[in-house]
Amino acid sequence: MTKEIFMSTKGKVKGIISNLVTVEVDGPVAQNEIAYIALGNQKLMAEVLKVVGNNAFVQVFESTRGLKVGNEVEFMGHMLEVTLGPGLLSRNYDGLQNDLDKLTGVFLQRGEYNFPLDTEKLWSFKPIAKAGDKVEAGSWLGEVDENFQPHKIMVPFNLDGQFTVKSVVAAGEYKILDKIAVIVDADGNEKDITMVQKWPVKKAINVHAEKPRPFKLLETGVRTIDTANPIVEGGTGFIPGPFGTGKTVLQHAISKQAEADIVIIAACGERANEVVEIFVEFPELEDPHTGRKLMERTIIIANTSNMPVASREASVYTAMTISEYYRAMGLRVLMMADSTSRWAQALREMSNRMEELPGQDAFPMDLSAIIANFYSRAGYVYLKNGETGSITFIGTVSPAGGNLKEPVTESTKKAARCFFALEQARADRKRYPAVNPIDSYSKYIEYPEFEEYISKRISPDWTSKVNDMKTILQRGKEVQEQINILGDDGVPVEYHLTFWKSEVIDFVILQQDAFDKIDSVCPLERQEFMLNLVMDICKSDFKFNGFIDVMDYFKRIINVCKQMNYSVYQSESFEKYVSELNNILSERRK
Amino acid sequence: MATKAFQKIYTKITQITKATCSLHASNVGNDELATVNGKLAQVVKIMGEEVTLQVFEGTEGIPTDAEVIFLGKAPSLKVSEQLAGRFFNSFGDPIDGGPEVEGEEREIGGPSVNPVRRKQPSELIATGIAGIDLNNTLVSGQKIPFFADPDQPFNQVMANVALRAQTDKIILGGMGLTNDDYLYFKNVFNNAGVLDRIVSFVNTTENPPVERLLIPDMALTAAEYFAVDKNEKVLVLLTDMTSYADALAIVSNRMDQIPSKDSMPGSLYSDLAKIYEKAVQFPEGGSITIIAVTTLSGGDITHAIPDNTGYITEGQLFLRRDTDVGKVIVDPFRSLSRLKQLVIGKKTREDHPQVMNAAVRLFADAANAKTKLENGFDLTDYDERTLAFAKDYSNKLLAIDVNIDATAMLDVAWDMLGDHFKPAEVSIKQELVDKYWKK
Repeated sequence: MTKEIFMSTKGKVKGIISNLVTVEVDGPVAQNEIAYIALGNQKLMAEVLKVVGNNAFVQVFESTRGLKVGNEVEFMGHMLEVTLGPGLLSRNYDGLQNDLDKLTGVFLQRGEYNFPLDTEKLWSFKPIAKAGDKVEAGSWLGEVDENFQPHKIMVPFNLDGQFTVKSVVAAGEYKILDKIAVIVDADGNEKDITMVQKWPVKKAINVHAEKPRPFKLLETGVRTIDTANPIVEGGTGFIPGPFGTGKTVLQHAISKQAEADIVIIAACGERANEVVEIFVEFPELEDPHTGRKLMERTIIIANTSNMPVASREASVYTAMTISEYYRAMGLRVLMMADSTSRWAQALREMSNRMEELPGQDAFPMDLSAIIANFYSRAGYVYLKNGETGSITFIGTVSPAGGNLKEPVTESTKKAARCFFALEQARADRKRYPAVNPIDSYSKYIEYPEFEEYISKRISPDWTSKVNDMKTILQRGKEVQEQINILGDDGVPVEYHLTFWKSEVIDFVILQQDAFDKIDSVCPLERQEFMLNLVMDICKSDFKFNGFIDVMDYFKRIINVCKQMNYSVYQSESFEKYVSELNNILSERRK
Repeated sequence: MATKAFQKIYTKITQITKATCSLHASNVGNDELATVNGKLAQVVKIMGEEVTLQVFEGTEGIPTDAEVIFLGKAPSLKVSEQLAGRFFNSFGDPIDGGPEVEGEEREIGGPSVNPVRRKQPSELIATGIAGIDLNNTLVSGQKIPFFADPDQPFNQVMANVALRAQTDKIILGGMGLTNDDYLYFKNVFNNAGVLDRIVSFVNTTENPPVERLLIPDMALTAAEYFAVDKNEKVLVLLTDMTSYADALAIVSNRMDQIPSKDSMPGSLYSDLAKIYEKAVQFPEGGSITIIAVTTLSGGDITHAIPDNTGYITEGQLFLRRDTDVGKVIVDPFRSLSRLKQLVIGKKTREDHPQVMNAAVRLFADAANAKTKLENGFDLTDYDERTLAFAKDYSNKLLAIDVNIDATAMLDVAWDMLGDHFKPAEVSIKQELVDKYWKK
């Protein structure tokens, strides 16, 4: 590549409506190009959304208070980018990847931007590639240890074509901006490689060989997910629910417990105190799989509801791009976004200001396409070196008025493969997590690849057991409706039996206490044991004389099973409850 | 406002709508204030030479040759200790006949707190109302609204909460208050002798509706002064946020914006969040707690205003008239304080979480028994006892006229449980039953 003298396009502010600014430009501008608007001694970051003739319409990522016609604008010649390199983990960024801990004041000052990584820290580098190796974008040149994760230093994703490694530095301590390798392209041009590269957030990083259908269970320790509607490594899921149904608690539980190497949380337009909770808890809590602090594997992108709307939109892309970066290292990434509805609202606000013709509920017409495109960036991949990596993406949706027939929920339903429907009625009855077992689904259960995997990981009859469980739940619900209409004594005793069997499943398998130290995390082995136990009860036949006995008897069963959930698995007290349960069962089992 | 020598006066207005007017002007900043024939206005749109102003008082009587003067600043408030004890209008001008406040001039609607500089809220706010302290405990730095129908006594409850809460300052932001309610607040604060702790920004129904858009930012700018500069605990009361949202809808409508759900502007969520997220616990000890009122229409919480609010605030409080005891109670089912987990059983007695849950569960059983009764089914002995308990519980704890401390509330609750139930029926941890059950 020859070096040119870069003449950046300049412009002047011509019009302002809230954070949409019209700029008259003197040269070429690109769609989504980044610009800085000078305001006093501050520079406000903005992104091009539309160009008409000499006018570029930019959305400003900050408050535009005091901006005037005639203020100078400088275009940067690139799109919104994130900086990728060692040292991303454990950091708290805003939607534009500013390190929030590096900002000094109590209040966020507009125009204050910073470099997201530490340029002084020394990293212990180990080479992977050697001179003469053929490499291309995404090839691993070496690795450093980042919080016990092998952080790969890769050939920058924006380099096209084949390269040959000329040299890689020897193992040792280096800073991120030190030259760690030199590669040569087909024409003999040399390119220096450091540990840092940049990538535009709205473009997917595509350096893998193949993206098969995902099939490996991603253990979350939440029974209503793992057992009833499992999500897989590289899978997508979403959690819609009215306020107060426990979206955030469920999402926090998943991010704390999931069997992932890296967890990226995009707090997108949500409550600041909830983000503070993560800031306070994650440095203290332990990863149940490795025993290390949760914060070591976590990156938080915090763009709370009071932070500028345009950077809220950017925040989910920032989080996804960082996820893709870690996936290219062969790691298992879990990305959570709370809430994608706030992101969609940010799109709506801008679309509205640009006077685009609105779609349903004033959302932009292409909302569905934007959401589908975003979800498609998740996935399980085979890298070109044969390793695998994954991004599992779970988004929450906050449907207006709790109505699931609104555009964001409907568009997301088309894009995501797992649906965890939080239900007001369950939340009101304090049946947490309030995931409705019948309305929720996981498409992955139907994948033959998944069935093959799960039959090896757990047991060959697992899928059919889970299906039986769901049938009983469905039947229980139907019977309950009949009892409500006909009265307790208007139906046969068997009906009560069916209903109470479904209640056992609900109380013992589906409900789980997220605030209890033991019950909050249920490993797969334990889930298998409990499902077998419960299904054994459900398949048994019992002797009863009247419906009152049925209720009392099953309440005892539920109580003992719940005590088991609260006890350490296979501990003395756990086994005591198992034998107590067997005694109760032998009283009436035919 | 006096005209200064260097200010340019424009006299040619090109367009007038009900809430806005436009003119040709240069060197004007976005959000800048102006006066149009003496009426305060704010820049909302600039297109080349054409500047559109939102006139807060409305554009009635504005002629095309009105004098327009740009003030070169965004809306601001002078802050100092002198704010205490004073009543102001939406623009921060005194309405109590007192002198102008002197102090540092600060722009309202300032920047947000960096989330990493926030502290996790952990201080309990005692109100004496058991329906709140026992079941829906408030925490400093929290934001929570009353969801109430217009006929419910939410302003009275809020005034009680304000007077009893141990805070350094109370800031009242009144939006679309009736004159009677305004006088009510004034009298209550006066009679309680706490006027020196109170700052009020009031827009009554007699004032133009668009003016009230400034009230929350005025109130919160004053709150930030006391919480940040003086490290004080500040309680902000905002009533009624539905009037505020209605004013937003009026402006967005006049500006030809495409409405979203329930004719509300598409930015309603962000607009409300910007206000409520000012609630914060600062590390140096100062805090801002927001208690708001969102009036509902016929109890409908799926309307865009309560719905968006619910996604922003940390819970909500519902009032309801309990016909069995003839009192207004804090509804234990629909009310929720999301932050109560941070204090109950930690800042209050250990038995708080369990007693709270047991009582609400039994109250739910009573509701079921009542349904049975209404449907003509026979009641069991247990049903009868839950109904008796529910009456007691409503009367002695849930009613808004209760005023006791948290420990007394727990003792009252144990008494009630003992009066109506056996220990095995309340499903409370055995060790707590052993310790507190009424012998």
